[in-house]
Amino acid sequence: MKTTTEVNIPGSTTSSEVSLPRMLVGLVILGITGVVFWLGFRFLRDSTAPQLITALIAIIWGVGGVAALFTGANMLVESFSGDWQRRIQPYVFVGPAVAMLSWFLFIPTLRTLWQSFFDASSTRFVGLDNYVATFTDRQMLLSFRNNLIWLVIGTGACVVLGLLIAVLADRSKFETLAKALIFMPMAISFVGAGVIFRFIYAAAPAGEPQIGLLNSIVVGMGGKPQTWLQWSQPWNNMFLIIVLIWMQTGFAMVIFSAALKSVPDDLLEAARIDGATEIDIFLKIIIPYIKGTIITVTTTIAIFTLKIFDVVQVMTGGQFGTDVVATQFFRQFFVSRNFGYGSAIAIVLFIAVLPVMIYNLRQLRNQEAF
Amino acid sequence: MATTPKPGARAASLRRRRIFSSLTVNGILALICLLWTLPTIGLLVSSFRTREDIATSGWWTVLPHREWVQTEEQAIPDDLDRTQAMTINGVTATFEEFRSGVTTDDGKKLVWVGNRRTGVMQIQEQQWDTKANFNLKNYENVLTGKEYTVVSADGSARNEQGDDMSGAFLNSLVVTVPATLIPILIAAFAAYGFAWMRFRGRKVMFAMVVALLVVPLQVALIPILRDYTSLGINGTFLAVWLAHTGFGLPLATYLLYNYISQLPRDILESAFIDGASPFTIFTRLVLPLSVPALASFAIFQFLWVWNDYLIALIFLGGQQNAQVLTMRLAEIVGSRGQDWHLLTAGAFITMLLPLVVFFSLQRFFVRGLMAGSVKG
Repeated sequence: MKTTTEVNIPGSTTSSEVSLPRMLVGLVILGITGVVFWLGFRFLRDSTAPQLITALIAIIWGVGGVAALFTGANMLVESFSGDWQRRIQPYVFVGPAVAMLSWFLFIPTLRTLWQSFFDASSTRFVGLDNYVATFTDRQMLLSFRNNLIWLVIGTGACVVLGLLIAVLADRSKFETLAKALIFMPMAISFVGAGVIFRFIYAAAPAGEPQIGLLNSIVVGMGGKPQTWLQWSQPWNNMFLIIVLIWMQTGFAMVIFSAALKSVPDDLLEAARIDGATEIDIFLKIIIPYIKGTIITVTTTIAIFTLKIFDVVQVMTGGQFGTDVVATQFFRQFFVSRNFGYGSAIAIVLFIAVLPVMIYNLRQLRNQEAF
Repeated sequence: MATTPKPGARAASLRRRRIFSSLTVNGILALICLLWTLPTIGLLVSSFRTREDIATSGWWTVLPHREWVQTEEQAIPDDLDRTQAMTINGVTATFEEFRSGVTTDDGKKLVWVGNRRTGVMQIQEQQWDTKANFNLKNYENVLTGKEYTVVSADGSARNEQGDDMSGAFLNSLVVTVPATLIPILIAAFAAYGFAWMRFRGRKVMFAMVVALLVVPLQVALIPILRDYTSLGINGTFLAVWLAHTGFGLPLATYLLYNYISQLPRDILESAFIDGASPFTIFTRLVLPLSVPALASFAIFQFLWVWNDYLIALIFLGGQQNAQVLTMRLAEIVGSRGQDWHLLTAGAFITMLLPLVVFFSLQRFFVRGLMAGSVKG
C-alpha cells in the first residue's frame, strides 16, 4: 500500500514536453461536453416532449456526460509531462467526488449550523434562541421522547429478533428460504410498508365486518375494534415501530447470520464435549465472538431510527402524539418556512450521531494505510 | 449394574432429543416466516379483489370459510313488546341481542335488521363460501392517468380521475437510473485514487468521506434547496440526481475503496510497467475487476433511490407531472386513505421492481450490506 507511487510511470523521466495534440483533444472533449451539458440542461428543463423520450435523453445525458467529463479531463492531464501528470492526475480522480461531497454534505452542514443562529427568514441573528425553543417547545420535547422510544425499542427489537432468527435459521433445513422471506421487506419503501400496515390496522365501527387483520383478530376473540394509531399515547407509537421492526430485522439477521458462520466449529464442539448447554454456548461463546458485529448493527439501526421520517409522515403525519424529530424538522422547514428553527433541529440530529462519527474516524486512524 | 443404560438406548434418546429440538427450531422459524410474510400477502391478495369485496370483507375470506348466509326473512309480529325480552322462533332475547345476532339450537342465526319498530328478522345459516373473485381492475384504474367510470352496486355511474401510477413509474425510473449510475462512476474513480495514488490531502479527503458516512441528510436540505433555487433547477430531475449523487457518494466511495484497495497489486504494477496510464488501468483493469463491488453498491443505491420519499418530496415537491411512485402513493394515502382497492394495487406497483431486483440479485445485495457499515 505504502509504496504505490514508487511505481515508475513510463515517460516520466524522458519526456518533459507538453503533448499538444492530446491537450487539444482533451480540451475539445471538455468543450463539447460543456456545450452538450448546457443544451441538455435547457432541453430537460423546458421540454414538453413525451415522457419516455425525455427519460431516455435524460439518462444518456446524465450518465454519458459524467463519463465524458472524466475522459476529457484525463486526456487533458495526460498531455502534460510525466511529473505534472503524476501530480495532477490524482485530483482528476478524486476531485469530482470531493467536490460533490463538499457541495452536498460538508459545506451545507456548516451553513446549517450558521443558519441555526438566525431567525425564520435567516435575516436577524438570534443567538441560541432556536436551540432554547428546540429544548423547551412541548411538541419538540414530545418528539424527543418519541425518538427515544424508537431508538430503544425499535433498535432493541430489531437486534434481538435478528439474532434470534439468525440462530434459528442456522440450525434449520430451509435456511435460505427463511432468510429471503424475512429479508424481503428491506426491498420495500417505507411508504409502501406504511400502506401495508395501515391496511393491517384498519378499523371499522363495531358490528361491521373488519377488513383490518389486527382488528379482525381482536373482534374474533371478543374484543372491541380499536383505531390503533390513535390509541392511548404513547403506546400508539408501538404500532409505527412495528413497521420498522418488520423492515429492519432482516438487515440485522443477514449480518448476524454471516457472523455466526464465522464462529469456528471446533470451539463449539469443544464446549459441547465439556457438557455446556446450548444456551451456555450461545451466551458465553457466540455472543462474545460476534460482539463487534452486534455493535455495528446496533449503531446502524440506531442512527436509522434517529432519522426516521417516512413511516410517521405517511401513517399519521405526526398526529396523535407520534411526532418525531425528523417530521418536526420537515414541518418547520417545509410548512412553516422557519429556516432558523428547522436548522437548529437538524443540528440537534447531527449532534446525536456525532459520537458515531468520531468513533469511525478513530477506527480509520488505526488503519495501517492512514 | 442394572441402572447403566445401554449405549444403544442412550443414542436413541439423544436422537429423539435432536429430532424434537429440530422440530422446535423449524416450527418457530416457520411461524416467524409466516408472520413476516402475511402483511405482504394480504396486500397482494387484496390488490386483485373487487372494490366491493375489499370494503366489506377481509382478504383472508378468499380462502374457503364458513360464513353466515341469509336463507329467509320473516316479519316480526306487531304485538310483541319490543322493549323487553321477546321470544321469536323459540329463542328469547332482547332487541339488542337480536341486533347482534342470536344462535338457535339447530345452528341457525337470527339477526334483527333495521330499527326497533319496523325491522325484520333474518334467518341465517352457515355455509361454505369463498370470496375469490380476482381481476385487474384496480391496477387498470390506478395506473391510468385518464378518467374512468365506476358503476356502483345500485347502478349509478360516476367518473373518477386515475392516479397515473404509470407516469409515476416512468418518473421513478428516470430518477433512479442516473442517480444510481452517476455516483458509482464518480465513486469508482475516487476509490481508485484513494487506494492506489499518493497525493497531498489524501488523508484529510478520505477522512471527510468517512465522517460524512453518518451525517443525517436533514442537515444538508435547507442550504441545497437555496442553491437549487438560485440555480433555477428546483423541481427538475437534475436536482434529484445531484442530490442522490451527493448523498450516496460517501457510502459508494467507502465501499468501493474497501474493495479496490484489496485488488492484487502485482496485476496493477505489471500494467504500469507495460506502459499503461492510470486512466487506462482504471477503465481496462480496475473497473472490470470490481464488478462484484460495483454491482452490490448499484443494488443498494437503486433500492435506496427508488424507495426514497424525503428527497423526492423536497426537490420535486411542487411538480405534479414529475412525481415519483413513493410521492404518488403517499398522495393517495392522504387524499383517499380508505380506498383500499387503489392503495393496495398502488403499493404493489411501487414494490414490483425492487422485489424483482431484490430476489434476482440478493447475493450481491447481501455482500454490499456486509461491506458497508452505515449510510447517512
